[in-house]
Amino acid sequence: MGRIVAGIDVGSRMTKALLLEEDGAGTGFGAILARASTVTGAWFARAAETAFAQALAQAGLAREQVAYVVSTGYGRTQVPFRDLQLTEITSHATGAVRLFPLTRTVLDVGAQNARAIQVTEEGRVKSFRMNDKCASGTGRFLERVARALEVELDEIGPLSLRSREPRQISSICAVLAESEVINLVTQDAPIEDILRGTHLSISERLMGLVRQVGVRPEVTLTGGVTKNPGLVKALEERLGLPLNVCADSEYAGTLGAALLGFVRLRKKEKETAA
Amino acid sequence: MIVAGVDVGSTATKAVVMDENLRVLGRGLVPTGANVTRAAERVFAVAIAEAGLNDCDVSYIVGTGYGRYKVSFGHAQITEISCHARGAAFLFPETRTIVDIGGQDTKAIRIAAGGEVLDFSMNDKCAAGTGRFLESAAQVMGIELEELGPLSLASRLPLKITNVCTVFVETEIMSHLARGKKPEDILRGVHNSIASRTMALLRRVGIEEAVTFTGGVARNGGIVEALEERLGVKLRLSPDSQFIGALGAALFALERSNALGTQPLHAAEQRG
Repeated sequence: MGRIVAGIDVGSRMTKALLLEEDGAGTGFGAILARASTVTGAWFARAAETAFAQALAQAGLAREQVAYVVSTGYGRTQVPFRDLQLTEITSHATGAVRLFPLTRTVLDVGAQNARAIQVTEEGRVKSFRMNDKCASGTGRFLERVARALEVELDEIGPLSLRSREPRQISSICAVLAESEVINLVTQDAPIEDILRGTHLSISERLMGLVRQVGVRPEVTLTGGVTKNPGLVKALEERLGLPLNVCADSEYAGTLGAALLGFVRLRKKEKETAA
Repeated sequence: MIVAGVDVGSTATKAVVMDENLRVLGRGLVPTGANVTRAAERVFAVAIAEAGLNDCDVSYIVGTGYGRYKVSFGHAQITEISCHARGAAFLFPETRTIVDIGGQDTKAIRIAAGGEVLDFSMNDKCAAGTGRFLESAAQVMGIELEELGPLSLASRLPLKITNVCTVFVETEIMSHLARGKKPEDILRGVHNSIASRTMALLRRVGIEEAVTFTGGVARNGGIVEALEERLGVKLRLSPDSQFIGALGAALFALERSNALGTQPLHAAEQRG
């Protein structure tokens, strides 16, 4: 068995952990042994611990078998057992390029942040823009609308795709949009049309962010919203391009963190050997 | 002659019924809710009942506020900017600057003697610094809206709220609570944050004394103190701060009905 590195991404809503095993050639492009996620809540250290323990249990591994732990995300500084911390910009870019090697633009949409990252052909971060000041254009906006409509978060995307006449949501603010949505409901607007309008509105805001770094294909979407087909479709329409999305897109940050963990580990070993 | 002003706000709908001697005969306040037209009808019914009148006694009705076009029985609609200016100047003639904090928007208005609007600035794009911001803080903390102000005033070590966005502040409050921070210190931080945003709006129009505080949030002593600290002057406050928009609308109604010489109309005709 090759060496194992853990990537832990403490997001504002979900904390994800992933275990990556180095392959024989020592490139670090090894196999994913486990993925786990848990709600972050108010205690980042506890969430990181829970997600890590879940991943270890899934892989049937003991903590001592993990050579290196890299934390990333919003709560990265509060993971006591980390060996290294990386910004989510670096980790998401690296993870996105690993999942889709032709990536030139990464759009990472989390619960409280959205980031557009331009990467070089070598997969390095060239420039980025982020929104972490306002909930418009983040997962929280979707959450608030789902709550106002009393629809489960994982249902809003599929429902929105059934819309025939999207209703425009004019509020940019997530809190004001909630009242707007409730008003639309009282006017008997179909829920799918309201949801479609909501997804289009978020897409518009995210496009504003992507345009700031420039749209270069291929474009890879990462973060929790990749599980929402309604948002993927709305964004693709606005972009006029297909988006790279896969089952591991939510774990792009942890994957990138683990990959960079291998790089650091090898560098350290070289230094010790020299 | 009897007139009325109906102020349909995003959170509460208010009405004032007045006679030609500028006497307030009746008032009403109902939550706006989702059916704005009904809220306007209900509040009007409450106010005329309090005045001991029938709707046919009222000659002229002015609608104002965010839902003013939903006042189906109104004769005219006037913006809440003008109505707040008029109402504030009526209660406190020395008013030159008005801060109006409502459920969904915050306004700074500079007026001339007599209530003419010279300039205004408003925040209606973002819930930060509005009543909604306070509501969401109250909700997260499980505290009644009326208790927020008094509790915040008990703070000794106010916390700094670093987020601006209402949604993110909810998360920030939760993490402060989880860390055992005192509710009053968190709340004082929340009040300070609203006061700072309001100050930015006020500076845009220019601050000239006297400053009058209107809108539902003016009932919150915590905001009053936080604003007064930053302004360095005392605010003019009325116990009827929530009714100032409706009062201004009623004053406009009186002016217009006098000008038009309107006779009482039957409500059924107006509504038909």
